[in-house]
Amino acid sequence: MELLIKLCGLSAIVFVFGIFFFVLREGLPMLPRLTPGNFLFNFEWDPSASGSPKFGVGALLIGSVSVTVLAMVIAVPFGLGAAVFVSEFCSRKTKETLKIVIELLAAIPSVVWGFIGMSVLGPVITTVFHVPLGSNMFNGAVLLALMSVPIIVSIGEDSLKAVPDSYREAALALGATRWQTVYRVLLPAAKNGLLAAVLLGVGRAVGETMAVLMATGHSARIPHSIFDPVQTLTATIAAELGEARQGSDHYQVLFVIGVLLFAITFVVNLSADLVVKGIRKKSS
Amino acid sequence: MSTPAISVGSAPFAQTRHARKKQRAEFVARCFFGAMAGAMVIPLLLIVGYVVIKGAPAMSWEFFTANPRRGGAAGGIWPALVGTLYLIVISLCISAPIGVLAAVYLNEYAKENWFTRIVNLAVVNLAGVPSIVHGLFGLGAFVYAMHFGKSVLSAALTLSIMTLPVIIASTKEALAAVPLSFREACWNVGATRWQTIRRIVLPNSISGILTGVILQVSRTAGETAPVMLTGVATFKAIEGSGLFLYNPFSEQCMALSMHLFYIRTQASGVKEELSFAIAATLLGVVLLVNVTAILFRLFLRSRKKW
Amino acid sequence: MAAPRKIEVEDLRLSYGAREVLHGISFQIEANEIFGIIGPAQSGKTSLLRCLNRTIEFTAGATASGTIRVDGQDVRKLKNIYELRRRIGMVAPLPVGLPLSIYDNVAFAPRCAGLTSRSELDGLVEQCLRQAALWDEVKDRLDSLGTKLSGGQQQRLTIARALSHQPEILCLDEFSIAIDPVTTMRIEDVLKELRRSVTIILVTNLTQQARRLADRTMFLWNGEIIELDANEVIFSDHPKDRRTYEYVNGIFG
Repeated sequence: MELLIKLCGLSAIVFVFGIFFFVLREGLPMLPRLTPGNFLFNFEWDPSASGSPKFGVGALLIGSVSVTVLAMVIAVPFGLGAAVFVSEFCSRKTKETLKIVIELLAAIPSVVWGFIGMSVLGPVITTVFHVPLGSNMFNGAVLLALMSVPIIVSIGEDSLKAVPDSYREAALALGATRWQTVYRVLLPAAKNGLLAAVLLGVGRAVGETMAVLMATGHSARIPHSIFDPVQTLTATIAAELGEARQGSDHYQVLFVIGVLLFAITFVVNLSADLVVKGIRKKSS
Repeated sequence: MSTPAISVGSAPFAQTRHARKKQRAEFVARCFFGAMAGAMVIPLLLIVGYVVIKGAPAMSWEFFTANPRRGGAAGGIWPALVGTLYLIVISLCISAPIGVLAAVYLNEYAKENWFTRIVNLAVVNLAGVPSIVHGLFGLGAFVYAMHFGKSVLSAALTLSIMTLPVIIASTKEALAAVPLSFREACWNVGATRWQTIRRIVLPNSISGILTGVILQVSRTAGETAPVMLTGVATFKAIEGSGLFLYNPFSEQCMALSMHLFYIRTQASGVKEELSFAIAATLLGVVLLVNVTAILFRLFLRSRKKW
Repeated sequence: MAAPRKIEVEDLRLSYGAREVLHGISFQIEANEIFGIIGPAQSGKTSLLRCLNRTIEFTAGATASGTIRVDGQDVRKLKNIYELRRRIGMVAPLPVGLPLSIYDNVAFAPRCAGLTSRSELDGLVEQCLRQAALWDEVKDRLDSLGTKLSGGQQQRLTIARALSHQPEILCLDEFSIAIDPVTTMRIEDVLKELRRSVTIILVTNLTQQARRLADRTMFLWNGEIIELDANEVIFSDHPKDRRTYEYVNGIFG
């Protein structure tokens, strides 16, 4: 029995490296032909062109980054604000209810979000902002914000909760109001955890596929306004892999994009992890 | 008797102007942050409400139990429901046992060395992999390398790799909630590690473990990207009934999540209320499972044994 | 050759990471004696006990060297650790009721050792609970949860559990911290009975308790044996070491 347990433990590592390995394997033949010049900083994406296919993911990278940044601009204030509310200003009953609501918000599948983006948000955007296309960067960003907020709130609340009560008591004993305590004492004390919360929210947003696939439109071009359509790295893979013939250049490049995504989310998650470890070192 | 030096004409704890200003700032802050929190409740309620209302007209008995027509653009969603159920059951039967045992290993047996730290890091990172990359992995590993082809099996295996790290993490949390003192008391009387785990640790963490697994059920039902490349078809009718409707090795299945995607982005001539109905169904399934998990957790917390 | 002592400790050195807590101590314990260990906090008394039944191995970063022999056998060379732990009963300072019924708490160890007969378990549970001075209070509610007992009752439950696997050696680590004086007296009477069949190691902060119960007492301070002798010497006005006198009489501690 104990042997079985050990085997299962090792399987976790095997699977992580397995993911990296198999995705890399399918894209490997293409790798030598891709330089930062014609891959990362090239803004033309036309991999199925019969003459000279273009493998520039620059526009796609900008697509991913722009949607994520815009989403964070919306999500971070709301998320951290809600985290502060739940942690410091809330009665116990409201806290329980809010935490359940946040959990349910987090459970909504991304394809449903994409659907909402297309069928609900899109028409709203075209009417309110007078733009021709409802599926654009803004639409995707709002959806991503709603998807990332639960992570920011729950981890932000955890890090605020981790600040010792003695800090709060000391501040209140000096006559500070709750708000002053938060502003002057708690936020600085919890800043590492709050940063980690935001980073994890970013990780979620960057890796999101279906919602952006459905709601940001199809345009592998650099956007000029937040109401322009964009295409993210994730959406590109999802949209084009069906048509790419197995083993073709197009197919392989898509796998290389997968490796790129894996690396990006790995770095983001690792930084969040290191930031959290930074807290542990300081408080121990 | 001399007169007191301090004039006590004004009450000692009266509100100064400064104090009133502080209280106003406090009130404003409270409202502000409350509004932030409320800004999340409102979308949830609006979205759920709107989708359900717009989809209600199409949600008839026939909708749930009939096969789709016109290549999936109309008709019922029965095969999608069945397919999703298959995917959930098969993938969790693989990932739940492996995940729980892996967590037992990491929490109860593993010594604190560099190897364990790498394993824990691997688990955390596996949990953060984008869903489309899971799809790529499934394509590369199960569909092609292992020659399972695009099948229910490939899709289910891809989903189980997706849920595995989260099950490991939530199980570890549940195990760690059992106090160390219990384990020490067992070791002191000569119980082996496995006896301690089997008799004390697992029975007292099973609630947390189950909650974690239940939450993955809803995630499996809702994911599209891992399965759209590995074994879910956009249209496949089911005839007849019985337990084994699919040969997992060779057939594809439909899934609720994929069906919603297809209907909204590729099918043409679809009645609007149909797409809303499918969204409402998926939303309903997911929220129902999550609410069950939450209620389960609350119920078990009230029956705590220590 | 004389028969081996019950417990022989030779040059035991214990470190937690870089910090050494036991500095190469050596002593022996006779069979069927009550052996007291006194000393201020952080002297290494609990660590010593945990070396004895090898539960020290569960602490990350703990390294030990030296030899401990029980009945002449080196405990580190024993194949079956669990058997060693069953031969040694351990009562920790803080009471721990397992989240099982009172009956199952006491039956836990025998069941792990393979005993399944209900009638035998019944008898064993009653005997152990009587010896721990707990039977009268719980005999009507053996099914209730062990964790819901009061602190003092849980400590007696821990003692009952330690006795349930019929150990040859019973280690009590400051067992009376959570118990009132009357119950403490009752358990001390039980210990005096038990010593006929069991070797007892009594670690205590209450020097008077060691004086009442032990035959010989060892004064351990900062990981070193200051003095080890019969009680008549240790608790007299002229023990061999001046520090022993000062500690026993509360001049420091």
